[in-house]
Amino acid sequence: MTTGITHHIPENLIIAYASGALPRPFALVVAAHVSMCDECRARLTAQETAGGAILDTAETSAISDDLRARVLQALDDPIVLPERKTRRGPYPGPVMEALKGQPPRWKSLGLGTRQCIIEHGRAGSVRLLSIPAGQAVPDHGHNGLELTLVLQGAFKDETGYFGPGDLEVADSDLEHTPVADEGETCICLAATDASLRFNTLVPRLLQPLFRI
Amino acid sequence: MFTETRDTGLADTASAATLIIKRSVAKKRAQVSDNEISEQTQWMLAVRDNRDRAAFARLFDYFAPRLKGVVARSGAPSAQVEDIVQDVMLTVWHKAAQFDPERAQVSSWIYQIARNRQIDILRRENRPLPEELKRPEEASQDASQIVALEQETAQLKKALARLKPAQREMVERAYLGELSHSDIQAETGLPLGTIKSRIRLGLERLRHELKEMGKP
Ligand SMILES: [Zn+2]
Repeated sequence: MTTGITHHIPENLIIAYASGALPRPFALVVAAHVSMCDECRARLTAQETAGGAILDTAETSAISDDLRARVLQALDDPIVLPERKTRRGPYPGPVMEALKGQPPRWKSLGLGTRQCIIEHGRAGSVRLLSIPAGQAVPDHGHNGLELTLVLQGAFKDETGYFGPGDLEVADSDLEHTPVADEGETCICLAATDASLRFNTLVPRLLQPLFRI
Repeated sequence: MFTETRDTGLADTASAATLIIKRSVAKKRAQVSDNEISEQTQWMLAVRDNRDRAAFARLFDYFAPRLKGVVARSGAPSAQVEDIVQDVMLTVWHKAAQFDPERAQVSSWIYQIARNRQIDILRRENRPLPEELKRPEEASQDASQIVALEQETAQLKKALARLKPAQREMVERAYLGELSHSDIQAETGLPLGTIKSRIRLGLERLRHELKEMGKP
């Protein structure tokens, strides 16, 4: 758990995560933040209490005797509960899970900035970014929702200061220039539903703020 | 309580400690059953602590028909709906050790497992999950904390029952995964504030106990 977190998950994202509606890239960021933040763990559990109350008062549908017998007979069947990955260094359990237990495989983006794409698909993308102190944080296109969770170090932009555990929520309206703070290298977990635009990277590297 | 026994063998110290802890658990458990703890929570604790099959059968009879109704809404073929119900209930049995009534109601714990299993099975993807908090093995439950959380949840159910049908439908759709994050209003109007602070208390107690246990 990380103390001193001031930027938390908006309520609609917590509900969408609890209900399973949140696309996987964002769900990973929410799971990582909750792993670091007791405040949001309590808020998520409260939302799950509401979900439980819905389940409790839901319309029932008759269960066949066969299903009941099958479940009660299966109690002794040996099962292997998958071993959940745990935090390693700045990477919380769900991130280690997504990395399949391996350290991130970084690819250079130039100027000391590196990225490791965890997932890239129709539902959006999620990746790790490593930005040296004082460098601009690569931006992600801003076509839709963008979540950036600080795992180590800090960055700041026009909207505020984001330290370990802080989550920045941006939409297409936000024009910002995040810069990694002095001190430790800033490592972020960033998810977006916009497609990653790799091709435009190289010419833009010369700009103070580069978009990918 | 460990200082007097420091000079004896390590094994003795450990067994003495276990004894003391077990006794205090038995005492607390007695308080728990004296209090007004819901049947579902008692069944779940019996499954968790005693691997009680009869209690599990009762949980099954209560939750499986509700789960089936809820999962069927996802539009999954009926054979798959029963597979998911089976999978959820077996997960409840196997993961019972993680159930902590100071932080979660049985219904909310099962809701969460059901959402996970439904996503894993229907979408064939692993849903990212927060790190689990380890429950101390010989945790002594605080009955008043459990009862308080149950009372808050009873209030929540009353609030749900007071919703107009159209509102209730929207809330159900939000919690059953039928609305996207941009379609979900920031506030559902459900009173969750006091529930959140109860859960927060449960978390703090858990952190404290785990820290105490980690001390040499
Ligand atoms: Zn938070």
